[in-house]
Amino acid sequence: MITIKELTEKPELFTAGHRACAGCGPAIALRQIMKALRGPTIVTEATGCMEVVSTIYPYTAWNVPWVHTAFETAAANASGIEAALKVLKRKKRITHEHVDVIALAGDGGTYDIGIQALSGAAERGHDFLYVLYDNEGYMNTGIQRSGGTPLGASTTTSPAGTVIPGKTQHKKPIADIMVAHDIPYVATASIGYWQDLMAKVRKGLEVEGPAFLHVMAPCPRGWRSDTAKTMEISRLAVETCVFPLWEAVNGEYGLSPISKAIALKPDRKKPVEVYLKMQRRFAHLFQPKFQHIIKEIQDDTDKRWNRLLKKCNIPQVAVSKT
Amino acid sequence: MAIIEQKTIPLNGDEAVAYAVKQSDVDVVAAYPITPQTIIVERFSEYVANGEVDTEFVCVESEHSALAASLTASLTGARAFTATASAGLALMHEMVYVTAGCRAPVVMAVTNRALSAPINIHCDHSDVMAERDSGWIQLWAENAQEVYDSIIQAFRIAEHPDLMTPVMVNLDGFFLSHTLENVQVLPDNVVRKFVGIRQYPLVSDTQGKKVPFKLDPDFPLTMGPLDLPDYYFEHKRQQEEAMHIAPKIIKQVHDEYAKLSGRSYGNGFVDAYNVDDAEIVTVCLGSTAGTTKTVVDQLRSKGIKAGVLRVRTLRPLPVEDIMRALENKKAVAVLDRSNSVGGQGGPFFHEIRHVLYGAQSHPPIVDYVYGLGGRDMPPALIQNIYKDLEEIAKTGKVKNLVQFAGVRE
Repeated sequence: MITIKELTEKPELFTAGHRACAGCGPAIALRQIMKALRGPTIVTEATGCMEVVSTIYPYTAWNVPWVHTAFETAAANASGIEAALKVLKRKKRITHEHVDVIALAGDGGTYDIGIQALSGAAERGHDFLYVLYDNEGYMNTGIQRSGGTPLGASTTTSPAGTVIPGKTQHKKPIADIMVAHDIPYVATASIGYWQDLMAKVRKGLEVEGPAFLHVMAPCPRGWRSDTAKTMEISRLAVETCVFPLWEAVNGEYGLSPISKAIALKPDRKKPVEVYLKMQRRFAHLFQPKFQHIIKEIQDDTDKRWNRLLKKCNIPQVAVSKT
Repeated sequence: MAIIEQKTIPLNGDEAVAYAVKQSDVDVVAAYPITPQTIIVERFSEYVANGEVDTEFVCVESEHSALAASLTASLTGARAFTATASAGLALMHEMVYVTAGCRAPVVMAVTNRALSAPINIHCDHSDVMAERDSGWIQLWAENAQEVYDSIIQAFRIAEHPDLMTPVMVNLDGFFLSHTLENVQVLPDNVVRKFVGIRQYPLVSDTQGKKVPFKLDPDFPLTMGPLDLPDYYFEHKRQQEEAMHIAPKIIKQVHDEYAKLSGRSYGNGFVDAYNVDDAEIVTVCLGSTAGTTKTVVDQLRSKGIKAGVLRVRTLRPLPVEDIMRALENKKAVAVLDRSNSVGGQGGPFFHEIRHVLYGAQSHPPIVDYVYGLGGRDMPPALIQNIYKDLEEIAKTGKVKNLVQFAGVRE
């Protein structure tokens, strides 16, 4: 596992000077991802926050070849790049022994508008790593709900009103959907645990065929959270099992060390309330009339966690107290 | 240079596309099947399956991804091709603009078909008329032979380092795509030499260093960035500049190919048939020109001075050629295989009428919307149009500016 010292010696391929907000989770994610590369790499990115903040012409934050075409095209772009690299290498028109391909997209570009292209590229088996940076909403366009926005969150298209308590639907289990594509590597990661994240980026690049990495990356603007607490919130998402860390290698699920420790000692599992409290997008849930939603979130979190434990062949020790 | 000896083989329009692509050393084909384009992808899949081409064939899950993947393959340095029709082109619409804006020299065959609703799989030009303003060069073929020749030329045009502009080759669905013709084909090595290996123009990176325009880890470039009001306008203007130099390159490629093959299509931009001394002229696109030429022959045998002007490059629009051909005529009719609903005539009429505004003299010009959804355009209908033109030429009066030819009223 990489150390801090080694990290400082790695070149900054996603450089300072981009226009991301203070405390931006996705920007931290990109920096960590780009420090985990193993060699020559081409990056393609969907329309979204990170595309917008990093490439305002004539400036760029990218020290690798990078291309953006549209919102729903990250995986299709990667398909084209990978196909081109393969044939150009065969025809000896490029000299690199191997070039890695990374597709980056937010939750809107993955759960919603980009899922068709992603599913197609996974089925075709292109050799690329798809990284979803999930800030749980269309933050770039002003904080609208996506298929990745969790239950109860207030967004500008699922506002907490006097009658409706924010988003009324659950988050789509996107990483499980990708496991169901029977691709060689799927994992979840959090910017709060950078060593785990970077190790997973590397694994995703190393496997032959499609790899999918789901990175939880808080957005202080959209989550209405303290910009200084991005890392703390990221860790709490894992510690509450709202966003457990796991990987599925060739379809075999296994918990990552942080979440495994919680599985083995369930009293370490924190109630979701502590996670929700730090984000004002959930503030309305703490009114008496909406408090049942918190219980619903806890129940859903427990249900998903127990389901995950089963997939990982870990006996369920106890459920968390609410 | 002597004309190369060629063999004649039976090919329909779609097969002519696939055959030309096979010979053009294409690196990546990303495509999705749609009637009446399907034969292109089917034949090409066979070439791949039989090891006849060294091409990565990416059989994508939608036309949107077909063009996205062709675009990024092209930006990675590959020669890229795709093909579509109708709803597929409509689904691609977003990426049609992106491809031109990224200056990716993708070549695309469009087997023209009507747009829904009601759903209809047959020929008209509604699909591609929605892409006129997208920044692609548009070549239009009259027959399968021209389809074959134009695809080969398209790679040379699109990839010219001064141009870097995508090219679409239009062929009429079924009338061309599914009709068998005798097509003369050049030997493989001759085509390969003609298209050559893709060259990359040099551009400045952020440090001002000149680097090849492609996604290359040795020379990292950022492509498709966010372009705000301070630069976007200039980049769109550059596309227009490229279109201004396109005629020179289209002509050069057309003439060079003519020397090799013995085949040319008018001057490369317009194909004027008996137009010089004509008094009444129709203007059309695609396969309808074949029938119209036959009608012109019949009229000429009766001493009627009729002609037909077929436009081969709708983009860039050959303004001067069209103007010179039409400005001294007594009456002109545009044959429009699509309609601009509520726009007083079809899009092609708007193009031609707009050109004539700048002419020295202004012949009466009328529009006939015909053949929507594959409705036939038989010689009798075209004869009626010329009859109308004779009347207009005689009286100088236009009774109906826009009419529908061959429709039940």
